[in-house]
Amino acid sequence: MALYGRKIGHRLGVSLLGLAALLVAIVLVALFLTLVVAAWPAIARFGWGLIGAAGWAPNRQVFGLGPALYGTVVSGVLALGLAVPVGVGVALLLTEEFVFLPRSLQGICGFLIDLLAAIPSVVYGLWGIFVLIPALGPLAAWLHGVLGDWVLFATPFLGRGMLPAVLVLALMVLPTIAAIARQSLGSLDRELRVAAMAVGATRWEAVRGVLLPAAGTRILGGVLLALGRALGETMAVTMLIGNVPDRIEASLLAPSSTIASLIANEFAEARGLQVAVLMYGALVLLGLVAGVHGLAEGILQWRSPTGNGRP
Amino acid sequence: MELAQDQLGTQVKAQVKNFSFFYGSNKAIKDVDLEVLDCKVTSMIGPSGCGKTTLLRCFNRMHDLYPGTRYEGEILLESQNLLSLDPIEVRMRIGMVFQKPNPFPKSIFENIAYGLRIRGVKDKGVINERVERALRDAAIWDEVKDRLKDMAFNLSGGQQQRLCIARALATDPEILLFDEPTSALDPIATASIEELVIGLKGKVTILIVTHNMQQAVRISDYTAFMYLGELVEFDRTDVIFNNAAQQRTREYVSGQFG
Ligand SMILES: Nc1ncnc2c1ncn2[C@@H]1O[C@H](COP(=O)(O)OP(=O)(O)OP(=O)(O)O)[C@@H](O)[C@H]1O
Ligand SMILES: [Mg+2]
Repeated sequence: MALYGRKIGHRLGVSLLGLAALLVAIVLVALFLTLVVAAWPAIARFGWGLIGAAGWAPNRQVFGLGPALYGTVVSGVLALGLAVPVGVGVALLLTEEFVFLPRSLQGICGFLIDLLAAIPSVVYGLWGIFVLIPALGPLAAWLHGVLGDWVLFATPFLGRGMLPAVLVLALMVLPTIAAIARQSLGSLDRELRVAAMAVGATRWEAVRGVLLPAAGTRILGGVLLALGRALGETMAVTMLIGNVPDRIEASLLAPSSTIASLIANEFAEARGLQVAVLMYGALVLLGLVAGVHGLAEGILQWRSPTGNGRP
Repeated sequence: MELAQDQLGTQVKAQVKNFSFFYGSNKAIKDVDLEVLDCKVTSMIGPSGCGKTTLLRCFNRMHDLYPGTRYEGEILLESQNLLSLDPIEVRMRIGMVFQKPNPFPKSIFENIAYGLRIRGVKDKGVINERVERALRDAAIWDEVKDRLKDMAFNLSGGQQQRLCIARALATDPEILLFDEPTSALDPIATASIEELVIGLKGKVTILIVTHNMQQAVRISDYTAFMYLGELVEFDRTDVIFNNAAQQRTREYVSGQFG
């Protein structure tokens, strides 16, 4: 009798778990389908062309997601370009004892980095507007003055634009990268660094030649997860990037837009076809982020035998 | 301890003089004097915790990796005190093989080439030649010559340990340190490592820590017996095991404690 009861309990538990998993799948599929339905007028009218097209004048029914897509990818990639060296550097400092940091200090540094992840996006945005942008003014003016011939700094700095958005995004993804790099390095066998140094390597040579390659795949996976986050980041970017969605502007000093910021900025007043276009944009963003996450998961799953110290 | 007889014709490679070592305030090695003879195998035996590993790691300044450690006295390598040299330079001259095989997560070839590369060897021909020589000296060439690009982790434990020996040999160390290199291996792999160590006699100076007294008898020319951080006795291996001067040594080698 008792066994019978336990079996019932088991079945019940398994069914509940299955139901929960099913629910998640249903919600995802439903989300995707409703997006497709809502975007359908735009899909039917513009086809794939909308993704690459430039131009934005809702009152004349002119739409193009190209500039926003460009801004999304460029801001995400540049932010990672800044955050990866810093994040991996911080992780190395906290795990590799280049200097003998006392344990307590290591803990505090780690905590502070993790805290960066807990700051709400809107606070980053506010900080960007009232602190970062004014502070950037002289530097941006100097860049434009000295390197103005170069396309990246070809326009004068107007305040909101790609540069402050990239800098704040970099700060926002830094904790993810530092945490994953720290975990990956920390999970390596301690013997590995000792072995490298016993061969005569300096700490830096051990890190560069042995430890980073060993932790590399996992760090790369983490970096892609962070990229996924950066691509979809909305609030802070919307507050800082300037929201000019109608042309691709290579200058980092010029305002730009991302898909997420475009949606956040326009959905309130959007009507008719414009709503469908924004839904189309949401689908594009979803595809992009899903692709990056898929790649990240793939890399983390694959995890070559080098990824994890000795089997 | 000085070796009065039997060292005619053999040179002293390293000389430990009035040497002590501290973990913080804990004096783990106490006023040791020891001579390591050139191109001979010297084993260090003694009960667990007596300081064998600690003393061995002084020779390549491994303790410098951790804060709060301190050396006192001298370890002369030829005539230079290696305690006043740069630790990286010391580790470039003195190789080490660990208890657990610890190959790098790289190919077999790159494991051996790594030490050469950080020493600035760029010439491909030179690297190839020295990798092959090291693998031959470590008696593993025939087993890996067709799979040099394979990951080192795909080798068996005993092969990994011989690979680690090859890695240490590739850079022509003046002294090779072994810390219980066979304690993680099965008897067959152990035998092959012992054979290899015997084969290295006359080519490189070897200092080996072992828990296995038969092993010390089989492979070493000289034996140092340590107890509680002190060097109790140091002599030719046959003397230590058959005719030791100290009561404690006789008790230990006859298995009465430890
Ligand atoms: N990192 C450390 N910090 C503080 N004390 C240590 C440290 N490592 C070892 N000791 C101490 O130093 C003494 C010698 O240790 P060591 O590891 O050298 O012994 P051993 O002879 O190699 O022993 P075993 O045969 O078990 O390997 C021991 O009392 C040990 O507790
Ligand atoms: Mg030991």
